[in-house]
Amino acid sequence: MFDNVWLIPLFPLIGFLINGLFGKKIKNEAIIGGIGTLAVFGSFLVSCGILMQMIGLPPEQRIFEKVIFPWIHSGVLKVDMAFLLDPLSCIMIMVVTGVGSLIHLYSIGYMHGEEGYYRYFAYLNLFCMSMLLLVLGNNLLVMFIGWEGVGLCSYLLIGYYFHKKSAGDAAKKAFVMNRVGDFGFLLGLFTLFWWLGSNHNIWTINFTEIKSASHLLPYGGVVTAATLFFFLGATGKSAQIPLYTWLPDAMEGPTPVSALIHAATMVTAGVYMIARMSFVFIKAPETMMVIAIVGALTAIFAATIGTAQNDIKRVLAYSTVSQLGFMFLAMGVGAFTAGVFHLMTHAFFKACLFLGSGSVIHAMHHALHHGHLNDDAQDMRNMGGLKGKMPITFITFLVSTIAIAGIPGFSGFFSKDEILWQAYANPYHGSLNIILWGAGALAACFTAFYMFRLVFMTFFGECRINPKVKDHLHESPLVITIPLMVLGFLAVVGGYLGMPKLLGMLPNYLEHWLDPVFELANEYGATYAHSGAHHSHALEWGLMGTSVVIAVVGIMIASTLYLSNTGIPKKFTSAFPALHRAVYNKWYVDELYDFIFVNPCKTLGRYLWKGFDVIVIDGIVNGVANVVMAFGGVLRFVQSGYISNYAISMTLGVVVILGYYIFR
Amino acid sequence: MVSLNSYLLVSAILFSLGTIGVLTRKNAIVIFMCIELMLNSVNLTFIALSRQLGNIDGQIFVLFVMTVAAAEAAVGLALMIAFFKNKESIDVDDVNMLKW
Repeated sequence: MFDNVWLIPLFPLIGFLINGLFGKKIKNEAIIGGIGTLAVFGSFLVSCGILMQMIGLPPEQRIFEKVIFPWIHSGVLKVDMAFLLDPLSCIMIMVVTGVGSLIHLYSIGYMHGEEGYYRYFAYLNLFCMSMLLLVLGNNLLVMFIGWEGVGLCSYLLIGYYFHKKSAGDAAKKAFVMNRVGDFGFLLGLFTLFWWLGSNHNIWTINFTEIKSASHLLPYGGVVTAATLFFFLGATGKSAQIPLYTWLPDAMEGPTPVSALIHAATMVTAGVYMIARMSFVFIKAPETMMVIAIVGALTAIFAATIGTAQNDIKRVLAYSTVSQLGFMFLAMGVGAFTAGVFHLMTHAFFKACLFLGSGSVIHAMHHALHHGHLNDDAQDMRNMGGLKGKMPITFITFLVSTIAIAGIPGFSGFFSKDEILWQAYANPYHGSLNIILWGAGALAACFTAFYMFRLVFMTFFGECRINPKVKDHLHESPLVITIPLMVLGFLAVVGGYLGMPKLLGMLPNYLEHWLDPVFELANEYGATYAHSGAHHSHALEWGLMGTSVVIAVVGIMIASTLYLSNTGIPKKFTSAFPALHRAVYNKWYVDELYDFIFVNPCKTLGRYLWKGFDVIVIDGIVNGVANVVMAFGGVLRFVQSGYISNYAISMTLGVVVILGYYIFR
Repeated sequence: MVSLNSYLLVSAILFSLGTIGVLTRKNAIVIFMCIELMLNSVNLTFIALSRQLGNIDGQIFVLFVMTVAAAEAAVGLALMIAFFKNKESIDVDDVNMLKW
């Protein structure tokens, strides 16, 4: 089965080619959607086979490399198109193809009747292929193809409704911000390649080879530089401070795209990259600290913005940024397993939340359309009381919300609690730990608050939609609700794969599973970790209890403000108008970036256009043309149009040339 | 026996006449005939020198020149007919559109 790993990215590629080249002719939505979905589902089946085989092997043999073809062999640089299967990439392909096929299935229903249906499925398949290349690549360059490929697809799909200016702008914003990150990724790649090559004559960008040479890397120094560059790449792709502002705008794309690309898979690429190179990152304690701080800051910063947004998808977008912050926090404190665990559970519940919101928007849109109303179908202020109208959507949404809020028994609790515990108990950051934990816990509180605010505003209370169309609200079709149910189920049980030892009911499967991948990183980490400080079980219980209490407090606040005393939020906003305005406007970060980066760039561009291009470049070009024209104006009189003139000049010419040869 | 110089002299005179004709006359047919005159003066030189040097190459060249002259005559006359159909004239000064 391992040998068939090449099939995994191949299926979506075939799907992309069929839908991309012939989709316009096929026209039949069932066939187009079927091809797209089956392509990813085929990959999912192969991935399942690989997972089964890998489970059957002893841990030390769970690594497999497959060279598809030699790609660049030039001097010391040898790069193959090759895939790496190990427990980490195995989890990733399961998540990508599993969640991916559910979202494809959902899209069949959701995108029904959209113009460019085939285009949508072609892009979505291309995305899956790129993402699979990213996670399967056995060297940095193959990973980089995937990295760029998913960026491209993200651009194409955010700009899917390209006739809307806001969608085009959001697509450009996402692409440009990702470019900033990609530049970091490349610099990191070059640094690592150059240092290992010039100092130890190991010219390689292959993960396995870097791993076996990693004992040669110093602690700090050049590794700090390289990892900081890589981390810059990760902040771009995974929407962390300072490059996170593109993700909320990316909600301009169709909702299933937000679920697949901007919540479940692509944005976790940065987390995956750090996990993949954990043995390099751990050698740079400063980078680890930067990652942890950035992660914690992003988690809390995005969570605060999420509390004041009214667009249902925007709340979820900020929630995604915040949850990604948690994953980076986990990476930064050396809890790689916990980070990957949260990546996985987040993929389940956040995909479910986005698809649920899509189902709500779908219903709202239909109802509003029926009544010929132009109200915003995504604004939660127009919703309310939907739980009776859309029971399946409501239940799955509620389950996922409970999961993300961190209520015990649901997946989010296990992964988030593990991250918070590691933030507190990790041996790397000393006194910073308590701050990291505090920030994480506060962000968790905000998470519970804004998520339940969303649920209460959307599903509870009275229905605020225009009463004319109230009766046209109804549950989405099965093709939409089945993925919701599956993902809702996973959002509950996904967490039992990584139960903390403390609860002791099930072994921590995930930790055992990922152990071979992160073993070396933990070994390196132990060389500079603060030893001793064994934390008691009581403390762990205490922190776990605290995080549960925090989550419950968040939910209580939300229910007070948005269920029982709905007047309070209004009073609050009128009491602190400045604060509310700042949060509602996302702390003015976009405006700040506009001021610092965008507008100076535009000014410079205008200057280069009006000044340099128009005057200097055009001046040179037109000047050359003018000189030629002036000469031509004089010389053209040579062409008299009389044959005898030409004949005389020819004869004279011959005479002169002959004379030269005779008399010289 | 006529000396080589005499042949070359005749040939030079013919060539000069031809050249002057081409340069000064306006009638296309006259110009055309002058060109023929120039070609044949060259032929005469070829033959004379071939004979003098005992080398057959010159005579072969003459055959080539005559062939080319025949072809040229065909093309030239065809051009003139086309020209006459357009302009009702064979004065070369009327073919003066391709100029500044």
